[in-house]
Amino acid sequence: MSLLVRFPFIVLLVWAGALSAAEDTYQFSNPEEEAQFKQLTEELRCLVCQNQNLADSNAELATDLRNEVYGMVSEGRDNQEIIDFLVDRYGDFVRYRPPVKSTTYLLWFGPFLLLVIAALLLVRAIRRRSHGGDLEFSEADRQRLEQVLRATEQKKDGGQ
Amino acid sequence: MVRFLVPLGVFILLAVLLFTGLWLDPKLVPSPLIGKPAPGFELARLKDPESTITQNALKGKVALLNVWATWCVSCRAEHEVLMELARKNVVAIYGLNYKDVREDAQRWLRQLGNPYVANAFDRDGRVGIDWGVYGTPETFVIDQNGIVRYKHVGPITPQVLTDKILPLVNELKSNPA
Repeated sequence: MSLLVRFPFIVLLVWAGALSAAEDTYQFSNPEEEAQFKQLTEELRCLVCQNQNLADSNAELATDLRNEVYGMVSEGRDNQEIIDFLVDRYGDFVRYRPPVKSTTYLLWFGPFLLLVIAALLLVRAIRRRSHGGDLEFSEADRQRLEQVLRATEQKKDGGQ
Repeated sequence: MVRFLVPLGVFILLAVLLFTGLWLDPKLVPSPLIGKPAPGFELARLKDPESTITQNALKGKVALLNVWATWCVSCRAEHEVLMELARKNVVAIYGLNYKDVREDAQRWLRQLGNPYVANAFDRDGRVGIDWGVYGTPETFVIDQNGIVRYKHVGPITPQVLTDKILPLVNELKSNPA
């Protein structure tokens, strides 16, 4: 193929390569550090695009915070230190996975609570149905009912 | 009768919950700095790269730290309110020029007026991170001992001044800790 024909393909390849580097490339001294960085940036929230983690967000603050995390990972700090660093500055919200604290009990256990309540209501509803329901009869009505039932049974026997 | 009260109760609860939600901002991130000493910093001053400013400049009086930048549209909107506040002369307004270009920021202040006592030039935003900045403009109220007492995210409006900032400033001035 002539150079003219090949040129657009070359441009496309180079451009595609640049696209894949929408994330900044960091150099790590060992694979453990790289894994640590990946784990942390996936579990920390971007404060600007609040439904994304730091790994995915393209916000400028996310870039800055990734740089911070990278710096600390390279210094050899452990996960707790780095998370604490960010929580001290931005609060618990920066943790994508909310901590289990008194303020988040409802968040963590609420669904189970609702499930239990729903199950209880379901059991009650089923039991009620199998026991013929919450029919409350007055004494007079009860006697009339018994009469009608007896009459119906006699009719049945009589018809035999 | 009781059977009707339960759904009614749930409905009322839900209605109250959702109604109050109309006034809440789900994107607001509360600051963990409230009640803690102002984060330390040492930066060059905006007007003079040779001189430095630290968090100690904020002590000794009730001060505001306003995080701003020329690229921030809302900062442009709140500027007039800050000028008005500066004219009142009730509280010292310090600025943290966040991730900006020095010349642009200096020109902006020349053209629009300068409500700041002094500006710290935070070129790379590192100090901003220490202060938990996530969306300019942000304004912190710091008391005489250098403790952060309040943070407002978003532009300062006259409403915010009268409802939140000025009452707090007055309170801090009359009851120094």
